[in-house]
Amino acid sequence: MNELAIKDLLYKLADDQLILGHRNSEWTGFGPILEEDIAFSSMAQDKIGHSLAFYTLLQDLGEADPDTVAFTRNANQFHNSQLVELPNGEYDFSLIRHFLYDNAEIIRFEMLSQSSYEPIAKVATKLKGEVKYHVLHANTWIKNLGSSTEEAILRLQASLNEAIPYALGMFESSKYEQELIEAGVYAGEEAVKAEWLKRIQAVIEKTDLKLPDLNSIEPKLGGRYGEHTEHLQPLLDEMAEVFKIDPTAEW
Amino acid sequence: MELTKENILTLLEEVKDPEIPVLSLVDLGVITGVEISDEGHVTVNMTPTFAGCPAMDYMKKDVERTLDKHGITDHTVIMSFDKPWDSNKISEKGRQHLKEFGLAPPPKYDLILDLDILEHVKCPYCDSENTDMRTPFGPTLCRSMHYCNDCRQMFEQFKPL
Repeated sequence: MNELAIKDLLYKLADDQLILGHRNSEWTGFGPILEEDIAFSSMAQDKIGHSLAFYTLLQDLGEADPDTVAFTRNANQFHNSQLVELPNGEYDFSLIRHFLYDNAEIIRFEMLSQSSYEPIAKVATKLKGEVKYHVLHANTWIKNLGSSTEEAILRLQASLNEAIPYALGMFESSKYEQELIEAGVYAGEEAVKAEWLKRIQAVIEKTDLKLPDLNSIEPKLGGRYGEHTEHLQPLLDEMAEVFKIDPTAEW
Repeated sequence: MELTKENILTLLEEVKDPEIPVLSLVDLGVITGVEISDEGHVTVNMTPTFAGCPAMDYMKKDVERTLDKHGITDHTVIMSFDKPWDSNKISEKGRQHLKEFGLAPPPKYDLILDLDILEHVKCPYCDSENTDMRTPFGPTLCRSMHYCNDCRQMFEQFKPL
C-alpha cells in the first residue's frame, strides 16, 4: 500500500479533529447553559484525544511527534476541511456545524473500522463508540430546537444555509481516493457523503428546518489540499502560543 | 514474590482510577495483558477508556510506580488500542464498587450498543428505573448526567461504550 495515501488519509482525519476540538474548547466558560458549556468542552477533549490517536499513527509511519505536527505547521500544511475552522459564531452556528460534522465523522469511523489497514481499523473501532455520544447530542438538540420557537428555527435555518457549502467541502476527494478504495483501506468520500445525506435528512425531517437543494450549491473545496479561509492561521497562532514560548518544555 | 501473571495482576489491584478511587484498573478493564519473558522482563499492556481521557497518562505512570515499589524494575508499560476498551470489560466487582460510590454502572449490552438504554438508567441510590438522561456529558468524559423521578436526585452514570 502506498504510504503517502495512508498519510494523506490520516492527516485529514487528525486535522479535522484537532481544529474542531480547538473550536469546541472556545465554548468553555461561554456556553449558553451550563450543560452545553460542559458538552462542548467534553467534545473538545474527546476530539483532541482523537486527533492524538491519529497523529500517533502518523508518527509510527515516520512523521514528527504529535506535538510538533500539531503546533508547528502553518495553515497551508493543514488538511482539515474549511467547515471546522470557521469561527464558532453564535450557538446556533456551532450546533449546526457540530450536527453536520459529527454525522459524517461517525460514518468515517464506522467504515474505517472495517479498513484493511489494521492500525486505522483498531483506532476507528474504539473512536466510533465515543463519537456516538457526539451524534446523540447534536441530533437531540437539532430535533428539540429545530421544532421549537420561531426564532430558534430561523436562526438554525440561517446557520444551516451558511454551513452547508462548507459541509459539502468535507467530502472533497483526495488524490489517492481510487487507490484507497481499491486497497480496501477506505470506502471513499462519495460513499461517506451518500450515507451522511440519508442520516442528516432523517433528523431534519423531524424538524421545521429545510435542507437546501444541494444541487444548486457550490461546495467550498480546497481544505484537504491546504487551501483555507482567513480564519485558520489566527486559530493556529493562538493554539500554539504557549507551545512556541518554549517548545522543549516538559508538561 | 514469584513473578507470575496472577501475582502482577494482584499487585495492580492497588492502582485505582484517580477520578473513581474505589475502582482498580484491573476491575476497570484497562489492563489488557501481562507478559513475563524468560529473562523476567514484565510487559503490561493497557488501553484507554476514552481516547481523550487526561487520567490515562497518570494511570500509566501509576502502574510503573507500583511495579517499582514492589521491586519489579525490569518492566515496560504499553498503552495501545490493540484490544480496545468497552464498558462490558468492567468487572462485576467493579460494577458493585461504582454503585456504592454513587455512580450508576454502565448497563451490559450485546454486540451493538443502542444509546436508547440511556433513557432509563437504574438510579444508584434507590434502584428506580424511572429516570431521565439530562445530558450525555458530565464532569468527566466517561460520565453522563441523569435525574431520578422517584428519589428526585441528580446522579451520574459511567457511560456505556
